[in-house]
Amino acid sequence: MVNTIFSIAMLIIGLSFLLVIVRFLKGKSIADRVVALDVLTISSIGLIVLLAHFFDRSIYIDVSIVYAILSFIGVIIIAKFLEKSL
Amino acid sequence: MEFLKIAGAILSLIGSLFILFAAIGLLRMPDIFTRIQAGTKASTLGSMLTLLGVGLVHPDWLMKLILLIVFIMISNPVSSHVLGRAAHFCGIPLSDKTDIDALKKDRQEVPNNKEQES
Repeated sequence: MVNTIFSIAMLIIGLSFLLVIVRFLKGKSIADRVVALDVLTISSIGLIVLLAHFFDRSIYIDVSIVYAILSFIGVIIIAKFLEKSL
Repeated sequence: MEFLKIAGAILSLIGSLFILFAAIGLLRMPDIFTRIQAGTKASTLGSMLTLLGVGLVHPDWLMKLILLIVFIMISNPVSSHVLGRAAHFCGIPLSDKTDIDALKKDRQEVPNNKEQES
């Protein structure tokens, strides 16, 4: 029961990955692509934690914590670069 | 105990639906600022609900997941705010339907006030 619902949730997150990648390829400006990258990273954190449930390993949660920190720093640095204040 | 596991699974299903709404909003919205609005808010709530659902299924991972939830809740609005500010400052055009641009008005008014004071 729980595994079935988690599988459906992973399928929905994978479908949303496809939609965000369309915006990532289409996007008019740089900021569009950066927003798409941000949404992609945040939703892949949820995907990694669901994978941690399926493989039954808690080390994947540490991986997702590091991934969240790197995504935050990356978006901040790209925004400072766009403002030409880096 | 079984009730908690099913509740956690349903919670993470709702969270993944919110991530799908964020993706649809990112695809459909007309300009960059509405895309930031739709994308980051819905994806923040969606990933927070997904992590909380996994935390209800595995109670021994709950502390790390709460740490991750609090970090996402703090960092994601900050990064989207900085990105929207940078996009406005480097001159990306707004949608045609936008009526009020308060930041542009403020940036035009501030130098005039300084000239009047001096």
